[in-house]
Amino acid sequence: MAETADKKDILRGGQFLVKETACEDVFTPEDFNEEQKMMKETVKEFVDREIVPHKERFEHKDYALTEEVMRKAGELGLLGIAVPEEYDGLGMGFVSTMLVCDYISGATGSIATAFGAHTGIGTMPITLYGTEEQKRKYVPKLATGEWFGAYCLTEPGAGSDANSGKTKAELSSDGKTYKINGQKMWISNAGFCNVFIVFARIEDDKNITGFIVENDPSNGISLGEEEKKLGIHSSSTRQVFFNDTVVPVENMLAGRGEGFKIAMNALNVGRIKLAAACLDAQRRVIDMGVKYANERVQFKTPIAKFGAIKSKLAEMATNAYASESASYRAAKNIEDRIAIRLDSGASHSEAELKGVEEYAIECSILKVAASEDMQNCADEGIQIFGGMGFSADAPMEAAWRDARISRIYEGTNEINRMLAVGMLVKKAMKGHVDLLNPAMAVGEELTGIPSFDTPDYSEVLSEEKAMVAKLKKVFLMVAGSAIQKYGPELEEHQQLLMAASDILIEIYMAESTILRTEKNVKRFGEDAQKEQIAMAQLYLYHAVDIITQKAKEGIVSFAEGDEQRMMLMGLKRFTKYQNQPNVIALRNLIAEKVTSENTYPF
Amino acid sequence: MKILVCISHVPDTTSKINFTDNDTKFDTNGVQFVINPNDEFGLTRAMWFKEKQGATVDIINVGGPETEPTLRKALAIGADSAIRINTEALDGYQVAKELSAVAKEGNYDLIIAGRESIDYNGGMVPGMLANLIGASFVNTCISLEVDGETATAIREIDGGKETVSAKLPLVIGGQKGLVEESDLRIPNMRGIMMARKKPLEVKEPQGAEIETKAVSFEKPAPKGEVKLVSPDNLDELINLLHNEAKVI
Repeated sequence: MAETADKKDILRGGQFLVKETACEDVFTPEDFNEEQKMMKETVKEFVDREIVPHKERFEHKDYALTEEVMRKAGELGLLGIAVPEEYDGLGMGFVSTMLVCDYISGATGSIATAFGAHTGIGTMPITLYGTEEQKRKYVPKLATGEWFGAYCLTEPGAGSDANSGKTKAELSSDGKTYKINGQKMWISNAGFCNVFIVFARIEDDKNITGFIVENDPSNGISLGEEEKKLGIHSSSTRQVFFNDTVVPVENMLAGRGEGFKIAMNALNVGRIKLAAACLDAQRRVIDMGVKYANERVQFKTPIAKFGAIKSKLAEMATNAYASESASYRAAKNIEDRIAIRLDSGASHSEAELKGVEEYAIECSILKVAASEDMQNCADEGIQIFGGMGFSADAPMEAAWRDARISRIYEGTNEINRMLAVGMLVKKAMKGHVDLLNPAMAVGEELTGIPSFDTPDYSEVLSEEKAMVAKLKKVFLMVAGSAIQKYGPELEEHQQLLMAASDILIEIYMAESTILRTEKNVKRFGEDAQKEQIAMAQLYLYHAVDIITQKAKEGIVSFAEGDEQRMMLMGLKRFTKYQNQPNVIALRNLIAEKVTSENTYPF
Repeated sequence: MKILVCISHVPDTTSKINFTDNDTKFDTNGVQFVINPNDEFGLTRAMWFKEKQGATVDIINVGGPETEPTLRKALAIGADSAIRINTEALDGYQVAKELSAVAKEGNYDLIIAGRESIDYNGGMVPGMLANLIGASFVNTCISLEVDGETATAIREIDGGKETVSAKLPLVIGGQKGLVEESDLRIPNMRGIMMARKKPLEVKEPQGAEIETKAVSFEKPAPKGEVKLVSPDNLDELINLLHNEAKVI
């Protein structure tokens, strides 16, 4: 594994925005060690053998098949990757955890969801917040797939506003048990799980409390019918009703009123893993798309040879490459941060919690970016297949339907967009990320005289890196002024927050893509990375466009007159290329590689 | 029972094949390498012996350090230890000779090799190896049982099967049938973690003489376009076969 030069020096969450990262300090998929490469091959082989041949059954609500595949995944050890060895897991690092989640999720959203719900929100609350006794009792069973877990947070009236749930937990008069009453919905794995993590309110507490509840129908637990859904057809999704369900007091997770914290922290991990779960799914859609395009002949020409199709393949590959680059960059940051905490004596669960929480901004960014890349990828996949793409007999239709949920669960993309910026502002207030000084520097730059020097961009990707630095100034300019203008009321201006968030997301994704490529150019040479360089350039080109548009939207909404003019001028300056990239040529180069290899080859 | 499984490190069957150095060398750039499928059937059968009858399973390969991931995979599947003879595998005789030194020294009861490796398809190593160590030999082996000192093997022959019985030590050239594709094992996560801790010994080669040399490689001509000839136009078909395809 490529070690980060000095672990003390690794960036804190959100700091990417104000500090420059050296390419040697980012982890890339090319840095997988031998063991990780073998794990990747193992999981791919598992998917090719156990899932791909049964694709059709997964589309026809075969919940038993999902359970069977999950059990086999347990036998291979795939459910215990992140679980410490003392609880029968494998105790592997965060990168390996992401890798397994990435590759197991590629062929059907049904398994991606069952896997994510079980290993993430179904198991992690216990490994992270459970008492020693709770861990000994439940975690080994969950880590090996003997039992399955599900997470009951959402209610009919409590979706994005998760802390508003109406489910009640009432202490018995002898103080030994709680009685739980309430209704939970959209519960993944409900149909075959053995343990529920249930959130309920005790008396009129401000915050909800978490409980471990064993699935026992004789204990007042009943299930609704399987939901009829747009996608993930073989993921069991049901309502769960608790009617005087008795739970021993020792099954309370963490302390009273700490449920909301558990729920939110479990979701941080869930978000970055969801990003991972959108990676191999993109690769597989691209593979199917390019194979079809190479075979499908129209006008006596394989359609892969047409510019219209090349453009799609190039954009799909570029976005997949970008989401890989950013996901594994953040994963390694989290792994290193956990290691630092462990070194300084923190317990495993404390280290893991704080390690992930530190990068909650990146987790939200990745969740939004990767889920939207996946959706676009599947959408263009259908388009490449043409009429056939619309047919349920071809693979794109299911990929498209399955992709849709990723923009909704683990916090909608709208919630995550607002969270990303909201958390950043909070970090700045706490002094964890210094936004103020860089924002003031940008302010001074705006009123100063611009430099008329022509920078030397002869080195590969140097103009792109300079552009990312300028894009960061755009964010500081827009977000900084917005905070000045609205103060704490910024929260009320959701459209502005969403615009700022899009700028933030594009910066992180573009920078990660460029850094991965730069690192690989240094290792493998420019010639071996020419398509990757093109992808970094193409991604950045779109990022500059999106950022220009979103910044304009924001600036005009809160600034007037001279201030507005000055900021729009600044925006122009910060988004200006010295050498305008030829995106058509870039796409041709990328598409050429994808079509000649007949797969996603990066 | 002591079993030695010979593992070739070969390009995945879906790899694109190219040559470099004026068509004298296989271009490994961008190629994914795997355990030779014929060897993997043998390895899986060896694991069966280990689990059902009690056996130790060593694996061996002649090749450079780049072959180690393939050996680690075999260890992750369940082999006990690995030996790599540190030299480039250039021809069948050289490989057999190098293997024979270890095979003799290790006093193996059973040596399982693949019928052929799917890269150069020489198909010579198992037979030569058996001869060099003076062991019995069964090629194209599709079933293998061992009872005490005697092995019963079924081999594929033209149009049928032959059942043979042989005394140990025995070398087989195995293939599909020893186990079925569905029996092949995916290494589990714990196996992958354990593989790191299992011994992988690197031995220097004996320096066996290399008798043959690849002068050049040639790829088959790319498939041409299909020409459809109407059944009423046999003259045209004959003309094409004679003048264009030059096959009649």
